[in-house]
Formats: sequence, structure tokens, C-alpha cells
Amino acid sequence: MENPASYKIYFINDSAAAIDFGNVIDKKINAKAIALYNYLTQHPVEGMIEAIPAYSSVAIYFDVLSLRKKIPSHKKVYEWIQNKLNQVMLNEFTGFETTTRFVRIPVCYDDEFAIDMPWIAEQKNLTREEIVLLHSSRQYHVYMLGFLPGFSYMGEVDERIVVPRKPEPMPISAGSVGIAGKQTGIYPLNSPGGWQIIGRTPLKMFNKDNDEPCLLKAGDSVEFYSITIDEFNHIQNTPSPRGEGVRGDA
Amino acid sequence: MSLKIIKAGILDTIQDCGRYGFQYLGINPGGAMDRFAAQVVNMLTGNESSEPVIELHFPASIFLFEQETMIAVGGADFSATIDGEDIPLWQPVIIAKNSILQFEKWRKGARCYLAIKEKLNIHKWLGSYSTNIKAASGGLNGRSLQKNDAINFKERNDYKCFLRDKDFVVLPWKADILWKETAIDRIAIVPGNEWELLTKESRRKIFRDFFVIGSLADRMGYRLQGTLTAKQNCELVSSIVSFGTIQLLPNGELIILMADHQTAGGYPRIAYVASAHLPLLAQKQPGDKIQFRFMEQEHAEELLFLQQQHLQQLQNACKFRLEEFYHTAHAGH
Repeated sequence: MENPASYKIYFINDSAAAIDFGNVIDKKINAKAIALYNYLTQHPVEGMIEAIPAYSSVAIYFDVLSLRKKIPSHKKVYEWIQNKLNQVMLNEFTGFETTTRFVRIPVCYDDEFAIDMPWIAEQKNLTREEIVLLHSSRQYHVYMLGFLPGFSYMGEVDERIVVPRKPEPMPISAGSVGIAGKQTGIYPLNSPGGWQIIGRTPLKMFNKDNDEPCLLKAGDSVEFYSITIDEFNHIQNTPSPRGEGVRGDA
Repeated sequence: MSLKIIKAGILDTIQDCGRYGFQYLGINPGGAMDRFAAQVVNMLTGNESSEPVIELHFPASIFLFEQETMIAVGGADFSATIDGEDIPLWQPVIIAKNSILQFEKWRKGARCYLAIKEKLNIHKWLGSYSTNIKAASGGLNGRSLQKNDAINFKERNDYKCFLRDKDFVVLPWKADILWKETAIDRIAIVPGNEWELLTKESRRKIFRDFFVIGSLADRMGYRLQGTLTAKQNCELVSSIVSFGTIQLLPNGELIILMADHQTAGGYPRIAYVASAHLPLLAQKQPGDKIQFRFMEQEHAEELLFLQQQHLQQLQNACKFRLEEFYHTAHAGH
């Protein structure tokens, strides 16, 4: 990614295109994707249904049936979309970068939740306390949401606790905090998953009844802090207003 | 109550044309697997194509209708009966109060759709009626229909003059679903962004071989038996995938993402299914053989518009026939 303006447009199906900045996990590239996403949500291209940011790309779904009615019949809709997106990319997107929200998330790293802690400790020759300290002593960037409603892909973890995914997915409980490679993330729902689990948050990462059903969004900055099992139970049993831990701008 | 589930099927859910606008949160669109059938059964009853329908898998639920209702059933053929008597697919049927609808025998296809003219009285979640089982949201309580579930209707209609003490009346018109593209058996696919990753031989093989749909085939995706070869290992950072994305797994198997797909994925997207052919695919099940054919993006686009035109004509025709039917019936009394 020498040239910051370089991008590629391709289609993911006959009604959705992607603008791709390269196959990398990089904060700067991700910031570009998020800025483009912000721009598109505020200045939607004609016929756009939704835009979705990922690590280094943004996908855009179109209502091609309504576009077909508007575009001259000799013109292909996908060519029209391609042109429109190229025009969008002439922008600088200054002022569309996300104002980073800073979110603190309590995590109980106790054995009863941290099912893969013993394995990581052995592999990495670290104590449980060292792993907790390494995991909870830095800020993580939320690159994107995906996989499950509200599942946040965050990075990057300290080199010393980088561990591979499990060979086979296992049942994982909602709130579980996991590591896979340099990424860390929280399972918002009970689900099969392959990340190595080191703790659990009592916060509801996904709540269908809220106007904003997910606690985190792409571009957020996240810090974990260690809590005891008593604190875990207390937070979980206290009906707290949503957004607990959200502190506003960093 | 208007509709009661007497016996639950294995996976019967309320679906519409999908939940768009929330994929940035990882909330997938879901929606009916066979959107063509879901829209047609709605149109047959005079409903808008976006009304929620019940998507049935076999064995399907047994339903009791506690009020006079107009229904239409289409998609897979599970031998639908009203009070033990066969009713046809793709035709509107008026049924008497306290009729029982059941699906007795699997004949063909994977997903059958039930539309109800009186409209299910359920709430939208994030702009859609579709059931998202993973998020336990949407549809009826975010789950598949269960025994003793009861759903109210939004409307009440008096069909006594049509029924005249009969259990049901089949209205005398049928949706023309023999659209040329639903009769073919080769699924059209368009090369995706990682198409070139396949070896030359594999790029030929994909259009030559039969692929058997494996046992892992559900609303999330179909795993296909048979392997293809990549030129090199390719690790992608997660990016957006869609209904119809064909991914190449590291072991050379293919997976086609279906309605309940995840929003993002990291496997190479070697191709995608032309959306006009997703309804064909949605009616396949484990053990079925499929074959692919190559299609350019512009033709996939044209095919989609043709299908839409066909649906539009069907909707107009259905509305016309219904109005005519009501008119004649009333004029006759």
C-alpha cells in the first residue's frame, strides 16, 4: 500500500460491490475504510441500501432493480455502479474519520471462564497473571464487526500472547473474551467458535431491545480491566444503563 | 388467536425478503431462502411481496386456522392437505374456520412457503420480520415455531359466500412458475475476486464436474463434496461476503453461503451465484447433485431483471384475478 489512494473495486454479487484497499490488517488502512464508510452513510450513492466496513474494505449493497429503472437501458447497472464508486473515491474523506470512542470493558479472567488459559500459559511459558496483565494493559482498536451480531475484531495483542485458533470450533458462552493470532474479541452470543478463551465480560455486548443493539462499533478504542468473580456477578445482576464503560472521546 | 401450531416441524420460521442496513453491526440479512417462492405465494393472496411468510422444512408443522383465511402454498412440495384433502401448490386457497393444514409427505424440494392474506400480526425487528435464530430476534420470539404457538392475524375477512359450507375452495388460477430459468438445472455462477486463485484445471473442473451437496447444508450455507485446487495458499483478512458467495476452503472443498450467512469471511471468494438462481439452489438439499455454468456479470444482472419482470407481471395478474373473482362472486348474489 505505497500509494494511499490505491484501491480496487470488485463485485461480491450482482447487487453489491466492494472497495478494497489491500489485503492487510493495518490501523491506517482500516481508518480509511471507516472514513469511506462514514462518508457513504452520510452521502449515500443513489440506489445504495447499505455500506459495511471491514478490515481493509467497504462493501456496498445496491437496489439494482430500482437502479435499472433509472439508468438508460443501454447501460449496464454494474458499470454505472463502478463509475459512481470511482467518483466517490475522488474525495479526500477529510472530516469523516471516526471520533474514537473509548470503551472500558470489565473482564473476569478466573479459571471458570478462562477455559483456554492453562493451555496458553503452558504454550507461552507465562503465568496466568502475566497473561491477564499483557491482555489488559493496552488499548485495542475495533477494526470491524462481523461473524455474529456485535462480534468485534480487535487488535493487536502483545506478541507474547499470540496464539493460533483452535483446530475445531467449540461451544462458547456469551461474553467470552478470546484471542486468535494477533486479534482479540468478545463473543456477544452463545456460539460455536475457535478462539482461545481467556475470560468473560459481564456486559451485554448485544441487546436486541436497544436502539443500538451492539455495544461496540468499528473504530472504537477498547481497554479491558480485570475484575473478580464477585464483581462479575454484581455487574451481571445489576440492571445497568447501556453504555456502561463508555467514556466518550479518547 | 388466528393461527395455532398443533405440532412443531423441524425448522419453520417467519421470513421476509431480509433485514438490510445492519450488516455493519454483524447482523446478517437472513430472510427467505427461496425469495422467488416467498414472493409468489404472497402475490397469489394479493399481498405485497414483502409480507412475512412462513418458511417450512420437512417434516413441517401442523397448523390450525381459527378463522376463515386465504392462503397460498408454494416452493417445495410436501403434499399439503386441508383436513386430509390435497390442496395444490401455487394456487390461492380459501379455507374454513377450524381447518387443519398439514404436510404429509415429502415429494420435492427443500423449503415450502405459506402466505396468509390476513397477514401475521407480529413485530418487525430492525426493519424486518425475518427470524434471526442466532440473535434470538425477529419473527416470532426469535425462534422457530413451536407447539402451541399462536399468532393473530391483522385482518379478518368473510369468505362464507365462497365457501358455502365447504372446508376449502381452491381458486381457479395458478401462478406460472415455469419461468425458463427455474426449469434449468445448472446453477449460473460469476467469477469472484479470488477466481484466479484456482488452478487452470480447477477452473475447468468447476464447470465440468457434478458437485454433491454434503450433509452440512442448512440456511447458513451448503458444503459441497468434491475438491478444487488453489495455486497457492491464500489467507485473506476478513471481508464482506453475501448470500451466494462461493468460498474455497483450505481443504479444497467449496462452501456456498446461503441466507443466514455470516456478514464477513476470510476464505477466498472464487465465485458467486447469479441471484436469479439462488431460488433454484435454495430448493436443493443434502445428497442433491448440482452443476455450475459460467456467466458474465452483465448476464447475471439481466437475468435478475427478467426474473423481476416476471414477478411483476405475476403480481399484476394475481391482483387482476382476485378483483375479478370478488366482483363476480358479489355480482352473483
